[in-house]
Amino acid sequence: MTLKILRALVYVGAILTALVLAGIVGYILINGIPHLKPSLFEWTYTSENVSLMPALVDTILMALLALVLAVPTGVGAAIYLVEYARSTSRFVRVVRMTAETLQGIPSIIYGLFGLLFFTTMLGWGLSLMSGACTLAIMVLPVVMRTTEEALLAVPESYKQGGFALGAGRVRTIFRCVLPSALPGIVGGVLLALGRCVGEVAALLFTAGTVAQIPDFGGQGIFALFDSCRTLAVHMYVLASEGLHMDEAYATAVVLLILVVILNTGANFAAKRLKRGM
Amino acid sequence: MMQEIKQDARIAPSLPVISETKMGVEELDLFYGEFQALKDVTLDFPKNEVTALIGPSGCGKSTLLKALNRMNDLVDGCRVDGLVSLDGDDIYRDVPVNDLRRRVGMVFQQPNPFPMSIYDNIAFGPRTHGIKGKAELDVIVEQSLRDAAIWDEVKDRLKKSALGLSGGQQQRLCIARALAVQPEVLLLDESTSALDPISTAKIEDLVVEFASKYTVIMVTHNMLQALRVSTKTAFFLLGEMVEAGDTDELFTHPKDSRTADYVSGRFG
Ligand SMILES: Nc1ncnc2c1ncn2[C@@H]1O[C@H](COP(=O)(O)OP(=O)(O)OP(=O)(O)O)[C@@H](O)[C@H]1O
Ligand SMILES: [Mg+2]
Repeated sequence: MTLKILRALVYVGAILTALVLAGIVGYILINGIPHLKPSLFEWTYTSENVSLMPALVDTILMALLALVLAVPTGVGAAIYLVEYARSTSRFVRVVRMTAETLQGIPSIIYGLFGLLFFTTMLGWGLSLMSGACTLAIMVLPVVMRTTEEALLAVPESYKQGGFALGAGRVRTIFRCVLPSALPGIVGGVLLALGRCVGEVAALLFTAGTVAQIPDFGGQGIFALFDSCRTLAVHMYVLASEGLHMDEAYATAVVLLILVVILNTGANFAAKRLKRGM
Repeated sequence: MMQEIKQDARIAPSLPVISETKMGVEELDLFYGEFQALKDVTLDFPKNEVTALIGPSGCGKSTLLKALNRMNDLVDGCRVDGLVSLDGDDIYRDVPVNDLRRRVGMVFQQPNPFPMSIYDNIAFGPRTHGIKGKAELDVIVEQSLRDAAIWDEVKDRLKKSALGLSGGQQQRLCIARALAVQPEVLLLDESTSALDPISTAKIEDLVVEFASKYTVIMVTHNMLQALRVSTKTAFFLLGEMVEAGDTDELFTHPKDSRTADYVSGRFG
């Protein structure tokens, strides 16, 4: 009897989740697709065309830059914690607790920190660089924790097999342990990517809202210090101005598609990487 | 006449068959933190023979085996006192650890193929030790798989994942993987206990063959297995080495009453 109720609950939960998800996606698509006009994709933003193209490019730049900073650091830290540090050491416990705490902090706090540190103290201004660094710090604990979990889930016997053949620690970790942990790590990176792409609060403080593509052609590397707006910020601005709700929905559709493409790409890259390892 | 004398002279020195010691432990104490898992163990492992380590669960057989290739280094708080030697060299001081583990290969209780192709599993060890050439690796992979009597079963699927093999095949793959680095000593820790009787018999046959090329040290719970494949046996109890000697002798005329109890099945 209880089993039946439990099973019913499981089904209800699954159906509700699917419905909510389908509802949201459907709502966005219905409201957004009719307003996907070519003018939305012009290279430069004006208040007439409300183009989302600069924001699209900025989003990709911002997310990539943040991940380039956060993923190697986070994965490296996790490898150190799991494979090198003694699991009982105080240092490990402190780092782990800090990471867990940081994971739960609202993003606006990271935004404030970024504003004080990168934007003001380092004098980077409202810029791609300040924003990406802030996002990197924000997602670092996510990458670290998921990588740690993934590494811990790899059977100890792989490691023993590697060592028993005379492989050193580095080779054993990179050849025997990491490939198995890769799907888990990619999961963490996707989570981080999602947070970068969806972040608004932290970026308003650190990257600003200028709707333009950083001028790498003209300024080279210094373009990193141009202000820019990601799609999520773009949507926020459009919606809060209240003049371009239709375009905001259209932007949401593009954001949705972008996330799907990025996820698929990451999974594909992981598969290739795993085979190459 | 001269010839006869010469012949005699050639035969004479080899008449008393004294087997050479490949590995040895002397007064070995091993601690896991406060707990002493091995107590003053002294034991020789003769070259090109199969030595079986027997004893009830928890008596320290695996611990001794792991002391022989320093896998205990991976255990936090493990401390070793005493001498462990390979060809007379102190393995804790005079032999680089990765070199030691190449020379002293290990096969575990549970088959543990890496999650990669069969070929890459076998090539892992040689690659680790600097062999990169495809042609050379091909030869090593085939020879190792043949030596572990699994070549015919896998030769058409070398590029497939090793995880798709059966348990018995996986274990022979792991043996092949250990052979691929041309070890001198093979440590087997209950390597058949997770397998079906047919796979077990195959591996036992292999071990008997290996004695001509390798020094084999195997832990087993199966006394019939010890009788079938080993020439020397050592019996352990609560971290102590109670008795060691020729396998037949130890099983038929044990000197210690505890050994007698164990081999006649009166211990758990
Ligand atoms: N990593 C470890 N940390 C602490 N104690 C350990 C560790 N490994 C083994 N021991 C202890 O050392 C003793 C010997 O263990 P060992 O694994 O060598 O026994 P064994 O003879 O191989 O037993 P089995 O036949 O069950 O495999 C046991 O009491 C065990 O609890
Ligand atoms: Mg054991």
